[in-house]
Amino acid sequence: MNTRYSFGGDEHVFVEVDEEMSLEAFFKSLSITNAVRDADIKGVTEICPANASFQIKFDPDVISPDHMMAELKSLEAAAEQAEARIDTRIVEVPVYYQDPWTHETLMRFRERHQDPDATDIEYAARINGYDTVDDFIKAHSGAPWFVSMVGFVSGLPFLYQMVERQRQIEVPKYLRPRTDTPKLTVGIGGCFGCIYSVRGAGGYQMFGITPMPIFDPKQETSYLRDFMVFFKPGDIVKWKPIGREEYDQAVADVEANRFTPLTHDVTFDLEEFERDIDGYNAKLMEGLYGN
Amino acid sequence: MAIKVINPGLATTIQDLGRPGYYHLGIPIGGAMDRFALHCANLLVGNDEGAACLECVFMGPELEFTQDATVAVTGADLPPKVDGEVMEPWTSFKVKAGQVLSFDFLKAGARAYIAISGGIDVPVQLGSRSTYAIGALGGYEGRAIAAGDTLPLGTGAGAAEGRTVPAAMRRTQSGAVELRMIPGLYWHRITKEAGTHFFEDTWKVAPECDRMGYRFRGGRPLDFVPREQPFGAGSDPSNIVDACYPYGSIQVPGGTEPIVLHRDAVSGGGYFMLGTIISADMDLIGQMQPHTDTKFVAVDMDQALQARQERHDALQKVREVLA
Repeated sequence: MNTRYSFGGDEHVFVEVDEEMSLEAFFKSLSITNAVRDADIKGVTEICPANASFQIKFDPDVISPDHMMAELKSLEAAAEQAEARIDTRIVEVPVYYQDPWTHETLMRFRERHQDPDATDIEYAARINGYDTVDDFIKAHSGAPWFVSMVGFVSGLPFLYQMVERQRQIEVPKYLRPRTDTPKLTVGIGGCFGCIYSVRGAGGYQMFGITPMPIFDPKQETSYLRDFMVFFKPGDIVKWKPIGREEYDQAVADVEANRFTPLTHDVTFDLEEFERDIDGYNAKLMEGLYGN
Repeated sequence: MAIKVINPGLATTIQDLGRPGYYHLGIPIGGAMDRFALHCANLLVGNDEGAACLECVFMGPELEFTQDATVAVTGADLPPKVDGEVMEPWTSFKVKAGQVLSFDFLKAGARAYIAISGGIDVPVQLGSRSTYAIGALGGYEGRAIAAGDTLPLGTGAGAAEGRTVPAAMRRTQSGAVELRMIPGLYWHRITKEAGTHFFEDTWKVAPECDRMGYRFRGGRPLDFVPREQPFGAGSDPSNIVDACYPYGSIQVPGGTEPIVLHRDAVSGGGYFMLGTIISADMDLIGQMQPHTDTKFVAVDMDQALQARQERHDALQKVREVLA
């Protein structure tokens, strides 16, 4: 890893922890941003961790840009020593794969796609070497995913698949972005998964939809009353494939305020994870579902 | 105590000085695109400088007042009228209960700010009344105002009429623009020659210019330094591993059309950026019309901080005049 610092105009410091994505780079970014928060530096107004980088917004009337930069560099040295270990939670997110709404949408934008004769999920299965869409869904939902960034728009999580790099699903984004994506679409672009928190433009391949709202500015959804955004960096997601009936039931439950996401508090340790990825993931699942 | 919207204009939203602190969740700072104009409008009518105003773009709304109020319009040259009678811009005037505030055609600039004594009193969400339409957050039910809406007003006596920002202190944009930027971020991704072209070429504001960002067209496409794309970045040479986007950062998807992110920025994504517009020039972007000729000019940090100080001083002078 080669950390690179740059000013973003006179109000931001942008720090690229590594050019390429890895959980190591993510953890280092998270650890430095946590250190920045703890340091409570006067003049810092936004602390934004990202996948393999982070950004600090500051008020140059309060702290000079050079001083700000120096503070961050000194915190990087300390973060280097920090253990890659966090207290977080694992969340089950139900997904109705190949649902009619994303299907209708992807059919409208076929001319912007690499493979106009296939659906997004058929294309993703094929280029990732899966014989059938079902096999692809098994791979997608089998291992958990790590929320490595929240952003783009309101509360949208970027997710990183917790498997060895050679097993990671990768798909290019659409050739040209769509002008429409249904709210709560589950998709992938590059190596990152996402859940579209609101309806809007998008370029990720669309595989399904979740009935579980993750952003609610009105704060009416039972589990979003305290705060309108559900995800934060470091959350772990387990996709659970569901069918139409379960989907409809979950939507009705959300509307009646009976839906509560299944979650479980865990401590995630990067070194232990990397020693035995499948075994570690299995332990995470045991925590979520009981023995 | 309120204002009735007869005609909303094009995309009129309630804005104040924004909601810092939530960018890490994809919720941008928002607030007036032209902060200086919002400060001035509020000062003129005797509000707190950060009170919520109406930001209207290209076209003004038509508003019926149900109470007496002091009003001022700043920013773009969009002449206000009370019951058809033209009022001075950058100057406070009275509107009586039952009267209608409307606007003449836009003469210069892009966004006008309408301050009303008491401020617009919609609920505060995450510390601000600003409308973030993409997230259906803040403002009037999370959206631009619409015909039939009733906008609540806060309490406040309002300043006298006839208070004015002297002409020399007003800032209205017309003609070609130079936008100052600090090169950086992923500047190293483009060739030296492409970097030279970027500053040499005249760019034009594209029709796709809104609160999220301004797109520019007309310059030569940028060539990239060849490399094997890093894992997770995506296949296009303009792609990076999805990262945060600074406000004012200039991304160039595919190397063709630069986009400058503004107050309602997307907080991150997978396109390289070649630098960032300095904070002093962000207000100016909010006043640029489509087709405006634009040149990007490289400056260093010292120049950026000096420009920032000049903007502070300009506002301070207005405060002193209106004190």
